[in-house]
Amino acid sequence: MLPHLNFAESNIDFLGKRKITIAISLVLILVSVALLATRGLNFGIDFTGGTLVEVGYPEAVELDPIRETLSAAGYAGAQVQTFGTSRDVLIRLPPSEDDDNPAMLSNRVLNALRDGGPEDPDLRRVEFVGPAVGEELREQGGLAMIYALAGILIYVAVRFEWRFSIGSVLALVHDVLITLGIFSLLQLEFDLGVLAAVLAVIGYSLNDTIVVYDRIRENFRVLRKQGTEQVMNNAVNKTLARTIVTSATTLLVLFSLAFLGGAALQNFSVALIIGVIVGTYSSIFIAATAALMLGVDRQVLLPVKKEGAEEDQTP
Amino acid sequence: MRNSYPAWLYALIVVVVLGAGLYAAPNLFPEDPSVQIGNPVTGEIDENIRELMGTILGAQGVTPKHVEEQDDGQLLLRFETTDEQSLAAGILRDALDDNHTVALNLAPATPNWLRAINGQPMALGLDLRGGVHFLMEVDLEAVIGTAMERYSNELRGRMRDERLSFDTIERSSSDLTVLFANEANYEAAESWLTREYRGELEWEVRGSGDTIRMVGTLNDDHLTELRRQALQQNISTLRSRVDELGVAEPIIAQQGENRIVVQLPGVQDTARAKEVLGATATLEFRLVSEAGDPMEADQTGRAPSGTRLYHERDGTPVLLQRQVMLTGDYITDASSGIAQDTGGPAVFINLDGQGARIFSRVTSDNVGRLMASVFIETTTETVEEDGEQVLRTSRSEEVINVARINEPLGRRFQISGLDSTREARNLALLLRAGALAAPMSIVEERTVGPSLGQENIDRGMQSVVIGFIAVMIFMVLYYRVFGLIANVALALNLIFIVSVLSMLQATLTLPGIAGIVLTVGMAVDANVLIFERIREEIRNGLSPQAAISSGYDRAFTTIADANVTTLIAALVLFLFGTGPIKGFAITLSIGIIASMFTAIIVTRAIVNLTYGRQRRLTRLAI
Repeated sequence: MLPHLNFAESNIDFLGKRKITIAISLVLILVSVALLATRGLNFGIDFTGGTLVEVGYPEAVELDPIRETLSAAGYAGAQVQTFGTSRDVLIRLPPSEDDDNPAMLSNRVLNALRDGGPEDPDLRRVEFVGPAVGEELREQGGLAMIYALAGILIYVAVRFEWRFSIGSVLALVHDVLITLGIFSLLQLEFDLGVLAAVLAVIGYSLNDTIVVYDRIRENFRVLRKQGTEQVMNNAVNKTLARTIVTSATTLLVLFSLAFLGGAALQNFSVALIIGVIVGTYSSIFIAATAALMLGVDRQVLLPVKKEGAEEDQTP
Repeated sequence: MRNSYPAWLYALIVVVVLGAGLYAAPNLFPEDPSVQIGNPVTGEIDENIRELMGTILGAQGVTPKHVEEQDDGQLLLRFETTDEQSLAAGILRDALDDNHTVALNLAPATPNWLRAINGQPMALGLDLRGGVHFLMEVDLEAVIGTAMERYSNELRGRMRDERLSFDTIERSSSDLTVLFANEANYEAAESWLTREYRGELEWEVRGSGDTIRMVGTLNDDHLTELRRQALQQNISTLRSRVDELGVAEPIIAQQGENRIVVQLPGVQDTARAKEVLGATATLEFRLVSEAGDPMEADQTGRAPSGTRLYHERDGTPVLLQRQVMLTGDYITDASSGIAQDTGGPAVFINLDGQGARIFSRVTSDNVGRLMASVFIETTTETVEEDGEQVLRTSRSEEVINVARINEPLGRRFQISGLDSTREARNLALLLRAGALAAPMSIVEERTVGPSLGQENIDRGMQSVVIGFIAVMIFMVLYYRVFGLIANVALALNLIFIVSVLSMLQATLTLPGIAGIVLTVGMAVDANVLIFERIREEIRNGLSPQAAISSGYDRAFTTIADANVTTLIAALVLFLFGTGPIKGFAITLSIGIIASMFTAIIVTRAIVNLTYGRQRRLTRLAI
């Protein structure tokens, strides 16, 4: 049997150390923003447009002969790398402006490889995204992110209170920025799958934050003699076991996806792993702190009239 | 205190679980590699062909294990292995004529009793089964130009018939202008033009000096209608071209205002698919002009009046009459073959009644003269202009054949002069499948080879299974009996996702599998919340029965709030995402909703049945 994570009696002073945690988060956010501004994201062809051809060889191949074959055939701008195994080769071609039929580029590249390459490759995958489509996908992605945040802002404001709503969105922005910052730092490819992962991180991290806020709201009703900071600290402590256990199970499956899901899901799972870890940190250290600093207290949550009525319902 | 549900709720749970199991069941049966034979012309396979196929396949030692006729008249031959399947497909492609299509397919082997209740396995996305996905953009602006051309031709004729005087009619790509020499002519024509073209053209009057111009532009509603029609015609043309290619279960659908999605599962020859889908090719027949010297015209770039300069494939210039004898619009059928006279590749053409009448009249008037067949191909490309992406259409016209008209031509005749049999086949196909109303280009392609598809399925499934087992082990070690109960819920959750995907016939993609994996991780969250709460209530001194009841009650609002917010994110993903992201959003949403049922109601039912009746329950294995 695993030892129980028993935080029942624990009373870690998370909020008391808020100067330190906020400083850490601020530094991480600033570094992330600086990275995004200077290095930027390594956008995949989904967003830049271009052509990607994945071919499989029967045996491991050297990349240099393939590069030579391609540049001899007039594709000097081709980026060649192995993908997953040393038998699978990924070729990326930037969008070309003077090509009168860019959709046929992948076929021409494949023919060049079959004619001049070391061995006859097998076509595994082609992705061609026209420049206009790439631009649209980028726009849609940004919009999706904004709409998701707006929808959440409204829902939380209705179910809780606007300060919570802002607090949860701050925690989300924190998570998303740091996840993107790490992607920028490691220059991992940012494609549609990673965008989906980032949006899933929004969902996940929010889920975590809401659980903490829910407990804060409940605590204000039950722990009537305690101060705001104590009530919030208690909520974070009471939900700590749950926060850790859920992150652990989610990380279990994500690691399974990262290691066994194949190269196609690699970046997707890495984005989620980073996001879940950052999201867990933020729901423990940032969510309640943000609520406190935004001025959440008993009056804000429990208007005096309602208090007695609701108290009767709790057994 | 005791914990129990009313009997009807237990019954409901049993019914829902059995139902889900039943509709998830078709996924347990592996698919048969099969070959689909179709005849797009007649829509059915006749008895002779069936016998012929049986004999040929039997002679080669590949006998299908089952042959059945599908609802759409196609014949489905099921085989034991993919090797037999591809061997048979190759043999049949060689043996059957042009009119038949041979497509590879994976046919579900759902037993009849499941099919009877509409049970079907999940549809697999192209990334899992291999195939091509194209996004095609239709150049709808070209519709305006075509309409202007039609209106200006029509106006010239009709205004003459009505005896309305005008100087000239000019047209551009966006409007047309009728020029009047004086006020009187303008006044005579003005009311007629406005009346006759109400709802189609909007007129604006610009006078300058003596001449008065009426500038006509397309009415907005009419333009919208023309665009809609053009898009619809392109879709139906694409559909017939895909039918000609022979693809099992293609998807052709409009996306947004001016785009069409084409998904062709199992297609290997993507080069041919692209050629056929994107091309707009047609034929025109013109008389060779006897006036003027083509060489001179080629050098000066000036063709004598009434003629136009063309080039043959070898570059030889030729002057053709400006007037067209016949356009490709009247062609009803075309097939490729070998020309009887030259032995080279040829296309045999059938005309409809009206086309045959026109053609026999013009050819009998011109027996002994030379006639040219002009091959017209339109391609579109995306180019950058002033920093903006625009579609540009380019049109190439080539004379593929010049022949003397020896006798009047009628309903059926042949065109030779093509470079290869492949070209003859493609031209025949394009002529058969009809023309595109507006030029179109591929703006996105995603092709997955069959080997990668299988690998994606295997790896995806493996990561689901391993992740699933890891979570289950963790839950049992951590929550003991309650962990076991949560695992039952988790397994049910998986069955629910599979059965809902099967019932909706939603497509399972690789990101969809990722969504399932993520759901597995997150679905236990509801149980974690409940169980932690029960533990807490026990620590607070509540009796086990009271702790169970209070744990479930108190955790509920938290679970609901947390899941609704995740659902919002999934919904946004679904609305704004394209293909792969949608698949992820669908499985995530189904998983979240299913987990509300399994993790709360089902686990509670099991807990009630396990502990609920024990009056003297003193401790829980949690």
